[in-house]
Amino acid sequence: MDSIYYDKQFNKMSEDNQGQVWEVFVQAKPGLAHKHVGNIQAMGKEMALQNARDMYVRRKEGISIWVVKLEDIVASSPEEIGSFFDPMDDKAYRQATYYKMPEGAKHI
Amino acid sequence: MSTLGEATMTGQELFDYKIENDLKIEPKDWMPEDYRKHLQRQMSQHAHSEVIGMQPEGNWILRAPSLRAKVILLAKVQDEAGHGQYLYSAAETLGKTRDEFINELQTGKAKYSSIFNYPTLTWADMGAVGWLVDGAAIVNQVSLQRTSYGPYSRAMVKICKEESFHQRQGYEIMAQMANGTPEQKEMAQDALNRFWWPSIMMFGPHDGDSPRTGNAMKWKIKRETNDDLRQQFIDKTVAQAEVIGLTIPDPDLKWNEERGHYDFGKMDWDEFWNVVNGNGPCNKQRLQHHIDAHKNGSWVRKAANAYAEKNG
Repeated sequence: MDSIYYDKQFNKMSEDNQGQVWEVFVQAKPGLAHKHVGNIQAMGKEMALQNARDMYVRRKEGISIWVVKLEDIVASSPEEIGSFFDPMDDKAYRQATYYKMPEGAKHI
Repeated sequence: MSTLGEATMTGQELFDYKIENDLKIEPKDWMPEDYRKHLQRQMSQHAHSEVIGMQPEGNWILRAPSLRAKVILLAKVQDEAGHGQYLYSAAETLGKTRDEFINELQTGKAKYSSIFNYPTLTWADMGAVGWLVDGAAIVNQVSLQRTSYGPYSRAMVKICKEESFHQRQGYEIMAQMANGTPEQKEMAQDALNRFWWPSIMMFGPHDGDSPRTGNAMKWKIKRETNDDLRQQFIDKTVAQAEVIGLTIPDPDLKWNEERGHYDFGKMDWDEFWNVVNGNGPCNKQRLQHHIDAHKNGSWVRKAANAYAEKNG
Protein backbone atom coordinates (compact mmCIF):
# COMPACT_ATOMS: atom_id res chain seq x y z
CA MET A 1 0.00 0.00 0.00
CA ASP A 2 1.32 3.28 -1.10
CA SER A 3 0.36 6.70 -2.39
CA ILE A 4 -0.14 7.23 -6.13
CA TYR A 5 3.14 8.95 -6.75
CA TYR A 6 6.82 8.32 -6.36
CA ASP A 7 7.20 10.21 -3.15
CA LYS A 8 4.58 11.73 -0.95
CA GLN A 9 6.02 14.98 0.21
CA PHE A 10 3.16 17.31 -0.53
CA ASN A 11 2.70 18.27 3.07
CA LYS A 12 3.22 21.89 3.80
CA MET A 13 6.29 23.31 5.42
CA SER A 14 4.62 26.59 6.34
CA GLU A 15 1.14 28.02 6.41
CA ASP A 16 1.83 29.88 3.15
CA ASN A 17 1.73 27.16 0.51
CA GLN A 18 -0.19 26.02 -2.54
CA GLY A 19 -2.62 23.85 -0.59
CA GLN A 20 -3.21 20.17 -1.02
CA VAL A 21 -3.30 18.02 -4.14
CA TRP A 22 -6.73 16.74 -5.14
CA GLU A 23 -7.24 14.21 -7.91
CA VAL A 24 -10.04 15.03 -10.31
CA PHE A 25 -12.55 12.65 -11.93
CA VAL A 26 -14.97 13.84 -14.62
CA GLN A 27 -18.09 12.19 -15.99
CA ALA A 28 -18.28 13.18 -19.66
CA LYS A 29 -21.91 12.19 -20.31
CA PRO A 30 -24.82 10.60 -18.44
CA GLY A 31 -24.31 6.86 -18.26
CA LEU A 32 -20.51 6.92 -18.40
CA ALA A 33 -18.18 6.28 -15.48
CA HIS A 34 -16.21 9.11 -13.91
CA LYS A 35 -12.73 9.12 -15.40
CA HIS A 36 -9.48 10.43 -13.91
CA VAL A 37 -8.39 13.58 -15.75
CA GLY A 38 -5.59 15.00 -13.59
CA ASN A 39 -5.27 16.97 -10.39
CA ILE A 40 -5.44 20.44 -8.95
CA GLN A 41 -4.26 22.18 -5.82
CA ALA A 42 -6.71 23.71 -3.41
CA MET A 43 -7.36 24.58 0.19
CA GLY A 44 -10.44 22.65 1.23
CA LYS A 45 -13.29 20.83 -0.54
CA GLU A 46 -15.16 23.81 -1.91
CA MET A 47 -12.12 25.34 -3.52
CA ALA A 48 -11.08 21.94 -4.84
CA LEU A 49 -14.38 21.53 -6.66
CA GLN A 50 -14.28 25.08 -8.00
CA ASN A 51 -10.67 24.77 -9.20
CA ALA A 52 -11.42 21.43 -10.83
CA ARG A 53 -14.31 23.02 -12.67
CA ASP A 54 -12.15 25.95 -13.84
CA MET A 55 -9.35 23.70 -14.93
CA TYR A 56 -10.91 20.63 -16.48
CA VAL A 57 -14.40 21.47 -17.77
CA ARG A 58 -13.97 24.82 -19.47
CA ARG A 59 -14.99 23.37 -22.82
CA LYS A 60 -17.97 21.12 -22.16
CA GLU A 61 -15.77 18.19 -21.14
CA GLY A 62 -18.25 16.91 -18.59
CA ILE A 63 -21.37 17.11 -16.49
CA SER A 64 -20.16 15.87 -13.10
CA ILE A 65 -16.94 16.15 -11.10
CA TRP A 66 -15.48 14.23 -8.17
CA VAL A 67 -12.45 15.46 -6.27
CA VAL A 68 -10.49 13.26 -3.89
CA LYS A 69 -7.55 14.22 -1.71
CA LEU A 70 -4.42 12.61 -3.09
CA GLU A 71 -3.37 11.43 0.36
CA ASP A 72 -6.63 9.46 0.68
CA ILE A 73 -5.96 7.37 -2.41
CA VAL A 74 -4.17 4.07 -2.00
CA ALA A 75 -2.44 2.56 -5.01
CA SER A 76 -0.93 -0.80 -5.91
CA SER A 77 2.74 -0.75 -6.75
CA PRO A 78 4.41 -1.64 -10.06
CA GLU A 79 6.43 -4.46 -8.44
CA GLU A 80 3.20 -6.32 -7.78
CA ILE A 81 2.23 -6.33 -11.41
CA GLY A 82 2.91 -10.03 -11.74
CA SER A 83 1.26 -11.66 -8.71
CA PHE A 84 -1.38 -9.07 -7.89
CA PHE A 85 -2.83 -9.07 -11.38
CA ASP A 86 -2.40 -12.71 -12.21
CA PRO A 87 -5.47 -13.52 -14.33
CA MET A 88 -5.29 -17.19 -13.28
CA ASP A 89 -5.61 -18.53 -16.78
CA ASP A 90 -5.81 -22.08 -15.40
CA LYS A 91 -9.37 -21.41 -14.30
CA ALA A 92 -10.79 -21.60 -17.79
CA TYR A 93 -14.24 -22.40 -16.44
CA ARG A 94 -14.59 -18.70 -15.63
CA GLN A 95 -14.81 -17.89 -19.34
CA ALA A 96 -18.02 -18.26 -21.36
CA THR A 97 -16.16 -20.05 -24.14
CA TYR A 98 -15.36 -22.95 -21.78
CA TYR A 99 -18.87 -24.39 -21.97
CA LYS A 100 -20.19 -26.66 -24.71
CA MET A 101 -23.61 -25.68 -25.93
CA PRO A 102 -25.97 -28.25 -27.49
CA GLU A 103 -26.18 -28.18 -31.28
CA GLY A 104 -28.87 -25.78 -32.47
CA ALA A 105 -29.12 -23.72 -29.24
CA LYS A 106 -29.33 -20.04 -30.14
CA HIS A 107 -29.04 -16.69 -28.41
CA ILE A 108 -26.94 -18.06 -25.55
CA MET B 1 12.44 -12.02 -23.78
CA SER B 2 10.83 -12.28 -20.40
CA THR B 3 7.36 -10.85 -20.17
CA LEU B 4 6.64 -7.44 -18.78
CA GLY B 5 6.61 -7.27 -15.01
CA GLU B 6 8.19 -10.61 -14.34
CA ALA B 7 10.13 -10.68 -11.14
CA THR B 8 13.29 -11.66 -13.02
CA MET B 9 13.60 -8.20 -14.57
CA THR B 10 15.50 -5.52 -12.70
CA GLY B 11 14.17 -1.95 -12.59
CA GLN B 12 16.68 -0.91 -15.23
CA GLU B 13 15.76 -3.81 -17.51
CA LEU B 14 12.08 -3.09 -17.22
CA PHE B 15 12.70 0.61 -17.90
CA ASP B 16 14.79 -0.19 -20.98
CA TYR B 17 12.16 -2.64 -22.19
CA LYS B 18 9.42 -0.03 -21.90
CA ILE B 19 11.45 2.67 -23.67
CA GLU B 20 12.42 0.23 -26.43
CA ASN B 21 8.79 -0.78 -26.98
CA ASP B 22 7.26 2.69 -26.75
CA LEU B 23 5.47 1.95 -23.48
CA LYS B 24 4.94 4.87 -21.11
CA ILE B 25 6.88 5.26 -17.89
CA GLU B 26 4.53 6.02 -15.00
CA PRO B 27 5.24 7.92 -11.74
CA LYS B 28 5.84 4.94 -9.50
CA ASP B 29 7.92 2.95 -11.99
CA TRP B 30 11.63 2.66 -11.38
CA MET B 31 13.53 5.15 -13.53
CA PRO B 32 17.15 6.26 -13.76
CA GLU B 33 17.87 9.27 -11.57
CA ASP B 34 19.08 11.26 -14.60
CA TYR B 35 15.83 10.53 -16.42
CA ARG B 36 13.89 11.91 -13.45
CA LYS B 37 16.13 14.97 -13.20
CA HIS B 38 15.93 15.67 -16.92
CA LEU B 39 12.13 15.54 -16.79
CA GLN B 40 11.92 17.69 -13.68
CA ARG B 41 14.02 20.34 -15.39
CA GLN B 42 12.28 20.20 -18.76
CA MET B 43 8.73 19.98 -17.42
CA SER B 44 9.10 22.71 -14.82
CA GLN B 45 10.74 24.96 -17.42
CA HIS B 46 7.77 24.27 -19.66
CA ALA B 47 5.33 25.08 -16.83
CA HIS B 48 7.17 28.29 -15.92
CA SER B 49 7.04 29.36 -19.58
CA GLU B 50 3.26 29.03 -19.66
CA VAL B 51 2.93 31.11 -16.51
CA ILE B 52 5.48 33.83 -17.36
CA GLY B 53 4.02 33.84 -20.89
CA MET B 54 0.85 35.40 -19.49
CA GLN B 55 2.68 38.66 -18.83
CA PRO B 56 3.48 39.93 -22.34
CA GLU B 57 -0.13 39.27 -23.38
CA GLY B 58 -1.70 40.43 -20.12
CA ASN B 59 -0.03 43.72 -20.98
CA TRP B 60 -2.60 44.28 -23.76
CA ILE B 61 -5.86 43.09 -22.17
CA LEU B 62 -6.85 46.56 -21.00
CA ARG B 63 -5.85 48.10 -24.32
CA ALA B 64 -7.40 45.59 -26.72
CA PRO B 65 -8.93 47.45 -29.69
CA SER B 66 -12.41 45.92 -29.41
CA LEU B 67 -14.55 43.99 -26.96
CA ARG B 68 -14.21 40.92 -29.19
CA ALA B 69 -10.43 41.19 -29.13
CA LYS B 70 -10.50 41.65 -25.38
CA VAL B 71 -12.58 38.59 -24.52
CA ILE B 72 -10.47 36.47 -26.88
CA LEU B 73 -7.24 37.64 -25.27
CA LEU B 74 -8.66 37.07 -21.78
CA ALA B 75 -9.65 33.52 -22.71
CA LYS B 76 -6.23 32.87 -24.18
CA VAL B 77 -4.38 34.11 -21.11
CA GLN B 78 -6.69 32.00 -18.92
CA ASP B 79 -5.78 28.97 -21.04
CA GLU B 80 -2.07 29.65 -20.50
CA ALA B 81 -2.65 29.66 -16.74
CA GLY B 82 -4.41 26.31 -17.11
CA HIS B 83 -1.55 24.90 -19.20
CA GLY B 84 0.90 25.92 -16.50
CA GLN B 85 -1.25 24.05 -13.97
CA TYR B 86 -1.41 20.88 -16.09
CA LEU B 87 2.36 20.93 -16.40
CA TYR B 88 3.07 21.60 -12.72
CA SER B 89 0.68 18.77 -11.83
CA ALA B 90 2.49 16.41 -14.17
CA ALA B 91 5.91 17.54 -12.91
CA GLU B 92 4.87 17.02 -9.29
CA THR B 93 4.42 13.30 -9.93
CA LEU B 94 8.23 13.16 -10.07
CA GLY B 95 8.43 13.96 -6.38
CA LYS B 96 8.92 17.71 -6.11
CA THR B 97 6.26 20.05 -4.78
CA ARG B 98 4.83 23.06 -6.52
CA ASP B 99 6.25 25.28 -3.80
CA GLU B 100 9.72 23.94 -4.64
CA PHE B 101 9.23 24.52 -8.37
CA ILE B 102 8.03 28.07 -7.79
CA ASN B 103 10.96 28.74 -5.51
CA GLU B 104 13.38 27.52 -8.18
CA LEU B 105 11.81 29.90 -10.69
CA GLN B 106 11.94 32.88 -8.38
CA THR B 107 15.54 32.30 -7.35
CA GLY B 108 16.64 31.93 -10.98
CA LYS B 109 17.58 28.27 -10.57
CA ALA B 110 14.98 27.24 -13.14
CA LYS B 111 14.52 28.91 -16.51
CA TYR B 112 11.55 29.69 -18.72
CA SER B 113 11.40 30.27 -22.46
CA SER B 114 13.51 33.27 -23.41
CA ILE B 115 10.95 34.52 -25.89
CA PHE B 116 8.97 36.05 -23.02
CA ASN B 117 11.83 38.36 -22.18
CA TYR B 118 10.99 40.47 -25.21
CA PRO B 119 8.50 43.32 -24.80
CA THR B 120 5.12 43.48 -26.58
CA LEU B 121 5.19 47.02 -27.95
CA THR B 122 2.14 47.24 -30.21
CA TRP B 123 -1.18 45.45 -30.75
CA ALA B 124 0.41 43.69 -33.74
CA ASP B 125 2.68 41.94 -31.25
CA MET B 126 -0.40 40.09 -29.97
CA GLY B 127 -0.74 38.80 -33.51
CA ALA B 128 2.93 37.86 -33.78
CA VAL B 129 2.97 36.14 -30.40
CA GLY B 130 -0.10 34.01 -31.18
CA TRP B 131 0.97 33.18 -34.71
CA LEU B 132 4.70 32.60 -34.18
CA VAL B 133 5.32 31.91 -30.50
CA ASP B 134 2.27 29.70 -30.03
CA GLY B 135 2.91 28.27 -33.49
CA ALA B 136 6.43 27.22 -32.51
CA ALA B 137 5.14 25.90 -29.18
CA ILE B 138 2.55 23.77 -30.98
CA VAL B 139 5.16 22.13 -33.21
CA ASN B 140 7.15 21.25 -30.10
CA GLN B 141 4.13 20.10 -28.11
CA VAL B 142 2.63 17.96 -30.85
CA SER B 143 5.91 16.08 -30.91
CA LEU B 144 5.95 15.82 -27.11
CA GLN B 145 2.56 14.08 -27.09
CA ARG B 146 4.63 10.96 -27.81
CA THR B 147 7.10 11.55 -24.97
CA SER B 148 7.92 8.48 -22.88
CA TYR B 149 6.74 9.87 -19.52
CA GLY B 150 3.01 9.17 -19.13
CA PRO B 151 1.88 12.25 -17.17
CA TYR B 152 3.84 14.59 -19.47
CA SER B 153 2.40 12.94 -22.55
CA ARG B 154 -1.17 13.24 -21.25
CA ALA B 155 -0.66 16.90 -20.34
CA MET B 156 0.58 17.56 -23.89
CA VAL B 157 -2.48 15.92 -25.45
CA LYS B 158 -4.72 18.17 -23.39
CA ILE B 159 -2.71 21.29 -24.15
CA CYS B 160 -2.53 20.65 -27.90
CA LYS B 161 -6.33 20.45 -28.06
CA GLU B 162 -6.59 23.97 -26.69
CA GLU B 163 -3.59 25.52 -28.36
CA SER B 164 -4.75 25.67 -31.96
CA PHE B 165 -7.24 28.45 -31.19
CA HIS B 166 -4.32 30.46 -29.85
CA GLN B 167 -2.37 30.32 -33.05
CA ARG B 168 -5.39 31.05 -35.21
CA GLN B 169 -6.39 34.11 -33.21
CA GLY B 170 -2.85 35.46 -33.60
CA TYR B 171 -2.77 34.83 -37.32
CA GLU B 172 -6.18 36.50 -37.67
CA ILE B 173 -4.83 39.66 -36.01
CA MET B 174 -1.81 39.63 -38.35
CA ALA B 175 -4.03 39.11 -41.41
CA GLN B 176 -6.35 41.94 -40.38
CA MET B 177 -3.50 44.37 -39.85
CA ALA B 178 -1.61 43.30 -42.97
CA ASN B 179 -4.76 44.09 -44.96
CA GLY B 180 -5.48 47.32 -43.09
CA THR B 181 -4.07 50.82 -43.55
CA PRO B 182 -0.42 51.23 -44.60
CA GLU B 183 0.42 52.11 -40.98
CA GLN B 184 -1.26 48.95 -39.72
CA LYS B 185 0.54 46.82 -42.28
CA GLU B 186 3.83 48.40 -41.26
CA MET B 187 3.07 47.57 -37.64
CA ALA B 188 2.38 43.94 -38.56
CA GLN B 189 5.62 43.71 -40.54
CA ASP B 190 7.54 45.30 -37.68
CA ALA B 191 6.12 42.74 -35.22
CA LEU B 192 7.12 39.91 -37.57
CA ASN B 193 10.61 41.42 -37.89
CA ARG B 194 11.10 41.53 -34.14
CA PHE B 195 9.58 38.13 -33.29
CA TRP B 196 10.80 35.96 -36.17
CA TRP B 197 14.34 35.20 -35.01
CA PRO B 198 13.55 34.76 -31.31
CA SER B 199 10.68 32.45 -32.36
CA ILE B 200 12.83 30.10 -34.41
CA MET B 201 15.42 30.11 -31.63
CA MET B 202 12.72 28.86 -29.22
CA PHE B 203 13.56 25.36 -30.44
CA GLY B 204 16.94 25.67 -28.77
CA PRO B 205 20.54 25.34 -29.97
CA HIS B 206 21.58 23.31 -33.02
CA ASP B 207 21.62 19.59 -32.32
CA GLY B 208 25.42 19.56 -32.35
CA ASP B 209 25.53 22.25 -29.63
CA SER B 210 22.80 20.78 -27.46
CA PRO B 211 24.51 18.54 -24.90
CA ARG B 212 21.29 17.13 -23.43
CA THR B 213 19.66 16.13 -26.72
CA GLY B 214 21.44 12.74 -26.81
CA ASN B 215 19.97 11.40 -23.57
CA ALA B 216 16.59 13.01 -24.20
CA MET B 217 16.34 11.23 -27.55
CA LYS B 218 17.65 7.95 -26.20
CA TRP B 219 15.06 7.98 -23.42
CA LYS B 220 12.38 9.19 -25.85
CA ILE B 221 11.64 12.23 -23.69
CA LYS B 222 12.13 14.19 -26.90
CA ARG B 223 10.97 12.48 -30.07
CA GLU B 224 12.46 14.90 -32.60
CA THR B 225 15.57 17.06 -32.42
CA ASN B 226 15.66 20.85 -32.11
CA ASP B 227 16.75 21.29 -35.71
CA ASP B 228 14.05 18.98 -37.10
CA LEU B 229 11.32 20.77 -35.17
CA ARG B 230 12.63 24.18 -36.22
CA GLN B 231 12.62 23.11 -39.86
CA GLN B 232 9.00 21.91 -39.61
CA PHE B 233 7.96 25.25 -38.14
CA ILE B 234 9.77 27.30 -40.79
CA ASP B 235 8.43 25.19 -43.65
CA LYS B 236 4.84 25.76 -42.71
CA THR B 237 5.13 29.37 -41.60
CA VAL B 238 6.72 30.75 -44.78
CA ALA B 239 3.61 30.09 -46.85
CA GLN B 240 1.38 31.59 -44.14
CA ALA B 241 3.39 34.83 -44.32
CA GLU B 242 3.01 34.90 -48.10
CA VAL B 243 -0.76 34.50 -47.90
CA ILE B 244 -1.10 37.69 -45.87
CA GLY B 245 1.55 39.61 -47.80
CA LEU B 246 4.20 39.89 -45.10
CA THR B 247 7.92 39.27 -45.58
CA ILE B 248 9.96 37.03 -43.32
CA PRO B 249 13.05 39.05 -42.33
CA ASP B 250 15.64 36.59 -43.63
CA PRO B 251 17.37 37.32 -46.97
CA ASP B 252 18.79 33.78 -47.05
CA LEU B 253 15.39 32.12 -46.84
CA LYS B 254 14.79 30.06 -49.95
CA TRP B 255 13.21 26.80 -51.03
CA ASN B 256 15.68 23.97 -51.48
CA GLU B 257 14.27 21.60 -54.05
CA GLU B 258 16.74 18.87 -53.23
CA ARG B 259 16.10 18.84 -49.48
CA GLY B 260 12.40 19.53 -49.83
CA HIS B 261 12.77 22.19 -47.14
CA TYR B 262 13.48 25.89 -46.82
CA ASP B 263 17.08 26.93 -46.29
CA PHE B 264 17.44 29.81 -43.85
CA GLY B 265 20.01 32.24 -42.50
CA LYS B 266 22.25 32.10 -39.44
CA MET B 267 20.68 32.65 -36.04
CA ASP B 268 22.35 34.98 -33.57
CA TRP B 269 23.23 32.63 -30.73
CA ASP B 270 25.16 35.29 -28.86
CA GLU B 271 21.93 37.20 -28.44
CA PHE B 272 20.10 34.00 -27.52
CA TRP B 273 22.51 33.14 -24.71
CA ASN B 274 22.65 36.72 -23.56
CA VAL B 275 18.87 36.69 -23.04
CA VAL B 276 18.89 33.22 -21.48
CA ASN B 277 21.49 34.46 -19.03
CA GLY B 278 19.29 37.24 -17.80
CA ASN B 279 20.20 40.22 -19.97
CA GLY B 280 17.18 40.42 -22.27
CA PRO B 281 15.02 43.52 -22.33
CA CYS B 282 12.44 42.20 -19.82
CA ASN B 283 14.07 39.45 -17.72
CA LYS B 284 14.10 41.41 -14.48
CA GLN B 285 10.64 42.83 -14.96
CA ARG B 286 9.07 39.40 -15.67
CA LEU B 287 10.59 37.72 -12.66
CA GLN B 288 9.93 40.65 -10.33
CA HIS B 289 6.29 40.72 -11.38
CA HIS B 290 5.97 37.01 -10.57
CA ILE B 291 7.61 37.50 -7.16
CA ASP B 292 5.42 40.51 -6.34
CA ALA B 293 2.22 38.75 -7.36
CA HIS B 294 3.23 35.74 -5.30
CA LYS B 295 4.00 37.87 -2.26
CA ASN B 296 0.79 39.83 -2.60
CA GLY B 297 -1.15 36.58 -2.65
CA SER B 298 0.43 35.31 0.54
CA TRP B 299 -2.34 36.49 2.89
CA VAL B 300 -4.94 34.86 0.63
CA ARG B 301 -3.18 31.50 0.77
CA LYS B 302 -2.79 31.75 4.53
CA ALA B 303 -6.44 32.67 5.02
CA ALA B 304 -7.60 29.90 2.69
CA ASN B 305 -5.43 27.37 4.53
CA ALA B 306 -6.80 28.49 7.88
CA TYR B 307 -10.35 28.22 6.54
CA ALA B 308 -9.70 24.76 5.09
CA GLU B 309 -8.19 23.66 8.37
CA LYS B 310 -11.46 24.49 10.12
CA ASN B 311 -13.96 23.44 7.48
CA GLY B 312 -12.13 20.73 5.50
